[in-house]
Amino acid sequence: MTEATFSSSPKRDAASSNRWKRYSASLKYAFYVILHPFDGFWDLNREEKGSLAAANTIFILFLLTYVLKLMYTNFQFVMVPIQYINIYQRMASLAIPFLVLCISNWALSTLFDGKGRFKDIYMGMCYALFPYVMIQLPCILLSHILAYDEAEFYNVLISVSVIWSAALVFVALMQVHDYSPGKTLIVIIATVVGAMVILFLVMVFFSLLSDAYAFFASLYKEIRFRLN
Amino acid sequence: MKHRRMILLLLTLAMVLTAQSASAVDDGTNSVYTYNFDYWGELMESPDAYRVEEVVTSASLGLDVPMNFPQSLYARGNSLYVVDRGNNRILELERLDGQMHLKRIIDHIQGAEIDTFKNPNDVSVDEAGNLYVADTGNNRIVMMDRELNLIREYVKPTDSTFDQNADFQPNKLVVDSAGRVFALAINVNKGLVKYEADGTFTGFIGANKVTYNLWDYIWKSFFSTKEQRAQQVAFVPTEYKNIYMDEEGFIYATNVNFSEYDLLSDSAKPIRRLNSLGDDILIKNDRYPPIGDLYWEEGLTANDYHGPSKFYDITVLDHDIYVALDRMRGRIFGYDPQGIMLWAFGTRGNVEGAFNGAVSIEHMGTDLIVLDELAGTITVFAVTQYGQLIYDASEKYLKGDYDGSADTWREVMKLNANYNLAFIGIGRSQMRQDNYVEAMENFKAAHNRINYSKAYRYYREQWMEDNIWWVVIILLVLVVFLVGRGFYRKAKWEVNEHDRSHILKQS
Repeated sequence: MTEATFSSSPKRDAASSNRWKRYSASLKYAFYVILHPFDGFWDLNREEKGSLAAANTIFILFLLTYVLKLMYTNFQFVMVPIQYINIYQRMASLAIPFLVLCISNWALSTLFDGKGRFKDIYMGMCYALFPYVMIQLPCILLSHILAYDEAEFYNVLISVSVIWSAALVFVALMQVHDYSPGKTLIVIIATVVGAMVILFLVMVFFSLLSDAYAFFASLYKEIRFRLN
Repeated sequence: MKHRRMILLLLTLAMVLTAQSASAVDDGTNSVYTYNFDYWGELMESPDAYRVEEVVTSASLGLDVPMNFPQSLYARGNSLYVVDRGNNRILELERLDGQMHLKRIIDHIQGAEIDTFKNPNDVSVDEAGNLYVADTGNNRIVMMDRELNLIREYVKPTDSTFDQNADFQPNKLVVDSAGRVFALAINVNKGLVKYEADGTFTGFIGANKVTYNLWDYIWKSFFSTKEQRAQQVAFVPTEYKNIYMDEEGFIYATNVNFSEYDLLSDSAKPIRRLNSLGDDILIKNDRYPPIGDLYWEEGLTANDYHGPSKFYDITVLDHDIYVALDRMRGRIFGYDPQGIMLWAFGTRGNVEGAFNGAVSIEHMGTDLIVLDELAGTITVFAVTQYGQLIYDASEKYLKGDYDGSADTWREVMKLNANYNLAFIGIGRSQMRQDNYVEAMENFKAAHNRINYSKAYRYYREQWMEDNIWWVVIILLVLVVFLVGRGFYRKAKWEVNEHDRSHILKQS
């Protein structure tokens, strides 16, 4: 193995450093988005200010924040039966509804003539989760400094993070699809209903599949029994 | 190829989803005799707090006619009174050298018009030795002296607040130190019937509150016809099951008619402590209110005991520790004055220490006495070393001997390392000795936020006092750094601007 294998060409070096710069810029753009949501979400894809990689990063941070909060917040504020917690299950309990809602919104916005593609919806929703990460991660540290009678500070911060994120989701969908506020509200309600329909169909599908599987399995057993 | 992989994946998923385990989990409730609940409501096996000392039967008492549906116990001093309803008599037993002996059989009253009992249900004895018997079948409460001479009869109140069409059937009664009689009567839902010491009726106290929800009310008022309304259950208060008067004159009442969904939210209140106005003043400082068992389905077959605990009787020991008897599973639950469960034990069955028809509980000192109406037996439980240590620790704490209490709790911990009250007791004493870190650890082990928070505040204060100079220095360094950086940037900007303007001028 020669040294040449490791050292890449200056051109590729420049490209990768460019990509890194773009990634960090798009991640920093999240700060702009949460403070100027109307401009921020409008430019997110139209001006390519955001990136899928940054959106994925925020999404993963969101899941991590949730799990870290459950595990490492002082027991005065968050008390969960830690011995029974399956962190992957907890993560999935957030990630799956999130993705199903994205899919449902994408499917419905085609009917409600929204402008956003699936990627736009996903990125908008992910960027909207940023206040949750930004506030709740430091809150884990804060919980170890506060006493239980000072819980108001903690609770207010947690509430702010959730309300802020929820408001951003609303603005994100509005700007991504170029909707009016009223229409956004209707689409959000329809999205929730749509998500339930999707989950119902998935469950029906698996229950039918398992019935079919059981049928063929017993058929196979029966045949083997007869042949012996 | 790709399709095949898809199908394989789906098949595996289907298999995983359908492979549900059918094995029933043994949660321990079927085999454990004495237990407690942890913070999460999980059942924790515990050493026995009580052991059976003696089982008293009709044969061991030498009775010619065996007990027939005995209903109630009353203990005073060394004497134990048993109401033998089926034989219309009351047995007076005496406990000598830890053994029950028959002293006399009370089956008639001297000087009364009707001088026998008919279906008596309860008995009470005051300090002077006067007996009060709830003579249900004869619609009266009989008061007689030690020699069974009639003193007074309490009959149906003539007051208009009492429904004159209904029979007066006193079922349970208690007598306070001033001679006032409080009685529960069958089909009377206005609360306890109260008589003054001279026998006059002075009203009802402590009615069970009517429970209904808004939806029921709307449905009943606007969407039901008159006929339907007549068919529906009326919104009436329910009757109490049993009552007990503690040393201070407060009445403990148990209630078995409630919806099991109201238990955990504490709106059912199966155990109440009534003051003289009839308000419930029971203290509940635990995570779960005192409702007995937290799990209501048990056993592997459907006809096993399902449903919440039903407290048929209650008794109050020294220092306001109360003990309730659950008919449903034949269990006995002990609670401290704060409403925290000390232990629970018992089971259904026919062996020693198990009951099928638990109906009444009493205490002599720390010993518990339980009456089984179906078996016709009286079981005497004596406290074990473990149970005694718990009582001692609570008592020392109440007397203000906090460190002694902590030492006793440490003894408890040696026998049961899962005892929350012990962690809290030790932590409290450590907090008093300014040993905050260890106190915090103990409070955390007991999941006790309030005390942990107290200890933590002291600890934080102490830490700040010890490290105040470091905090100040770090803050100063930070401020100097930030201010310095600001200056540096400004200076750099000015130099740049100067250069640029210089260059512009030159060009």
